[in-house]
Amino acid sequence: MSALVLAQAAAASTPDELKAQAGATGAGMAYGLAAIGPGIGIGYLVGQSVQAMARQPEAAGMVRTTMFLGIAFTEALALIGFVVFILLKFV
Amino acid sequence: MIFGLEFPPIQNLVEWEPFAGDSWYGFNKIALTYLIAVLATVLFFWIAASGRQLVPKGAQNLAESSVKFIEDGIIMETIGPDGLRYLPYLASLFFFILISNLFEVIPGFQMPANARMGGPAFLALLTWAFFIIVGIKHQGPGKYFKNSLFPPGVPKALYILVTPIEFISTFLVRPFSLAVRLFANMLAGHILLVTFGVLCATLWVLGPLLAVLPFSFFMLVALTGFEIMVSFLQAYIFTILAAVYLGGAMHPEH
Repeated sequence: MSALVLAQAAAASTPDELKAQAGATGAGMAYGLAAIGPGIGIGYLVGQSVQAMARQPEAAGMVRTTMFLGIAFTEALALIGFVVFILLKFV
Repeated sequence: MIFGLEFPPIQNLVEWEPFAGDSWYGFNKIALTYLIAVLATVLFFWIAASGRQLVPKGAQNLAESSVKFIEDGIIMETIGPDGLRYLPYLASLFFFILISNLFEVIPGFQMPANARMGGPAFLALLTWAFFIIVGIKHQGPGKYFKNSLFPPGVPKALYILVTPIEFISTFLVRPFSLAVRLFANMLAGHILLVTFGVLCATLWVLGPLLAVLPFSFFMLVALTGFEIMVSFLQAYIFTILAAVYLGGAMHPEH
């Protein structure tokens, strides 16, 4: 991985190109890393909610509302990672 | 550029030339979309309320069932019966966000208005100001800030740790995450649709790989359906979080 980055850095000639390459590499890494935690989190959260709904179908409405709330909070981290990706890549 | 696939720069995807005026007060596609969303929300409830009947049908039926959904699915689940007085705010928030999101898949527009930061930021600041005002109105200014910054039942020494965290999470992170959630979801969906649209167009022009086109086109259609669901879900999540924040400001105990 680091050899690849070094090879890219060696190929770049101007500071702007160097910055764009570092930005692109960093952007990919930023979003990839930011997606790991929320992915695990949402999977666990929805799995547990499905289990709760299957065990107690009459509480399904309440569980579903709470599940969406939990998803919203968990997902925020991945979305901030996405915004960082946009900022690094394009701005 | 990969295999002749030229992805447009991000400015071309989200920045629109104003129809009239220039710089920051220019009236562009985003402003037009927001205007249509406001008018559509008003018109929808106007039509639904104009020909009221005991047995609802058509627009009235749709309006009644969606208001019922916001009442039962959002307010009763999060605030309780005394939150019903904030139904007008939450219902108009829901419909405004839903309609401006749905422009993501409407042909001719193909741009969710909420994929620009301005709209979500304003809605989040409005909600932020609204729940603080509701908290002050229901509990009085001193009691509201005392309850939200110094939550009861915490050992005194821990307030050194708890109070800054509560302050940051309640008064700084809430509006920020509310805005970024809506903005980033819509922007991600928009970029996803653009990616597959560009891929389809490139494959169509580029002879040799034409056999892959059906798969790419299928993904485009499937993702359009998925984005309709995301538009609805984001409007729902924004509204339900607004309701949770209002409920937290009204009932400090939980």
